[in-house]
Amino acid sequence: MSTVEVLGKQLELDADGNLANPEDWNEEIAKELAKQEGIDELTERHWMVINFMRKEYQEKGDAPSIRKLTKQSGVDTKELYQLFPKGPAKKAARIAGLPKPKGCI
Amino acid sequence: MKKLVILGAGTAGTMMLNKLSNVLEKDEWQITIVDQYETHYYQPGFLFIPFNIYNKKDVIKPKRDFFPTGTEVIISEIDKIEPGKNRVLLKNNKVLSYDYLIIATGSKVKPEETEGMKGELWYKNIFDFYTIEGALALQSFFKHWEGGKLVLNITEMPIKCPVAPLEFVFLADWFFTEQGIRDKVDIHFVTPLPGAFTKPRAASILGDFLDKKNINLTTEFNIAKVDNDNKKIVSWDEREIPFDVLVTIPTNMGDEAIERSGMGDELNFIPTDKHTLMAKGYDNIFVIGDATDLPSSKAGSVAHFEADILFENFLDVIEGRDPKAKFDGHANCFIESGFGKGILIDFNYDTEPLPGKFPLPGVGPFSLLEETKMNHYGKVMFRWMYWNSLIKGQELPIESNMSMAGKRL
Ligand SMILES: Cc1cc2nc3c(=O)[nH]c(=O)nc-3n(C[C@H](O)[C@H](O)[C@H](O)COP(=O)(O)OP(=O)(O)OC[C@H]3O[C@@H](n4cnc5c(N)ncnc54)[C@H](O)[C@@H]3O)c2cc1C
Repeated sequence: MSTVEVLGKQLELDADGNLANPEDWNEEIAKELAKQEGIDELTERHWMVINFMRKEYQEKGDAPSIRKLTKQSGVDTKELYQLFPKGPAKKAARIAGLPKPKGCI
Repeated sequence: MKKLVILGAGTAGTMMLNKLSNVLEKDEWQITIVDQYETHYYQPGFLFIPFNIYNKKDVIKPKRDFFPTGTEVIISEIDKIEPGKNRVLLKNNKVLSYDYLIIATGSKVKPEETEGMKGELWYKNIFDFYTIEGALALQSFFKHWEGGKLVLNITEMPIKCPVAPLEFVFLADWFFTEQGIRDKVDIHFVTPLPGAFTKPRAASILGDFLDKKNINLTTEFNIAKVDNDNKKIVSWDEREIPFDVLVTIPTNMGDEAIERSGMGDELNFIPTDKHTLMAKGYDNIFVIGDATDLPSSKAGSVAHFEADILFENFLDVIEGRDPKAKFDGHANCFIESGFGKGILIDFNYDTEPLPGKFPLPGVGPFSLLEETKMNHYGKVMFRWMYWNSLIKGQELPIESNMSMAGKRL
């Protein structure tokens, strides 16, 4: 199993490179993970998406797909791709400390 | 009389009907199957129509040829399921009550989900081949086409038969070579995935085939709209790809009846237990085939393996036992690669496609993740098996759970 060093701590990663233990996550770690994804600053809009994903994950046990995000998070598809370039669902899930959404197979 | 209702008489519904009507006592069970159409389409055959290998007559048969006697058959659109009341409302105003329900309503393409896809170029320069209409329209188009930019684009995942788009470009390479205009056709495979296929090892091997066949690959392209005026597809992050002919795999979704029933996810696929195949939250509803939300491929072969599991679990559940059989996500797909050859992949939820021999270790006759003539015959044989044994619910010589025998790690 691979690990990543964030803020001086070694965190375990799953096969997709996402945090293996969701309890390792906190907002400071999210900011660091975002930097690794090329997102220098997490704005309020980023947080809206991240928090929505975490809530969905807690309730449903799976990170939401892009479709679900745009339907329910209050951020439309265009903006999602601006916030999290290339793969919004995948990237946002990684920053939120969640496994890759099942829909991304 | 106990009542079993099966919704959808495509690959999976027809298979379940045949399997169960063989064993459920006729004087105890009334089995009803509902579908909107009288014609059964062999969808894997749609792939070959644009290239003149098959025609319409090769891919259709009347559904009634595959219904066992004693079945109540209703041809009507399904309006909605009322799972709380154990009944189904049909568009012909009939109401069907059930003790057990099997949902096999499949998935279908929805081009209207993407801006501009069904614009003025639809069926002029933009085609799908996931419908009989699209496949036939593309066949006519190719008859007179003299070359240019051929772009194949997958809109979003999941799609049924995730290998079909690759097969399409492989066959296009062969077809235009035969026509003597391959040098005038620029073939471009554009996908939202990070590689040529969903699973890493197969993606890299299949990616090499694209290279060898001189087919361009663009990955992580998430289409936002089709620009009909300038003949371009545009992604959400504003990349543009020009086309002369666009072959699209539109968004795949479950039927609207599932949405009307309040039973689907955001793509109208039904949350289903990935091992038992029971609809989540219900103890008398099973789901099979493309209608499920399972993280497996949506394919006829998958529906076949699921049918074996569903069959066992159904018999457990009606006897009041817990369902014991577990589906492992097994998929087995022949990939037609052109010039009379094919590639075979075999995988499940946990094991990605690996190289080796299939089904007999070391012997084959089929080779996994390699291009051979024998694999092509496998694909050709699949149509015969489909009509003559698969949808009749007969056993095929492949285990429903995946085997590691013959695979190289
Ligand atoms: C181009 C193409 C190539 C493919 N190639 C392969 C291949 O090589 N190998 C392979 O294994 N699979 C292949 N597949 C996939 C395979 O065809 C499907 O996975 C399979 O048919 C799924 O079966 P199903 O019963 O779930 O759905 P379907 O066979 O699509 O059946 C669904 C049925 O439900 C009915 N229905 C839906 N909604 C309603 C409603 N509201 N009212 C009434 N009736 C309704 C429909 O009319 C239909 O008859 C291919 C598919 C395509 C499109």
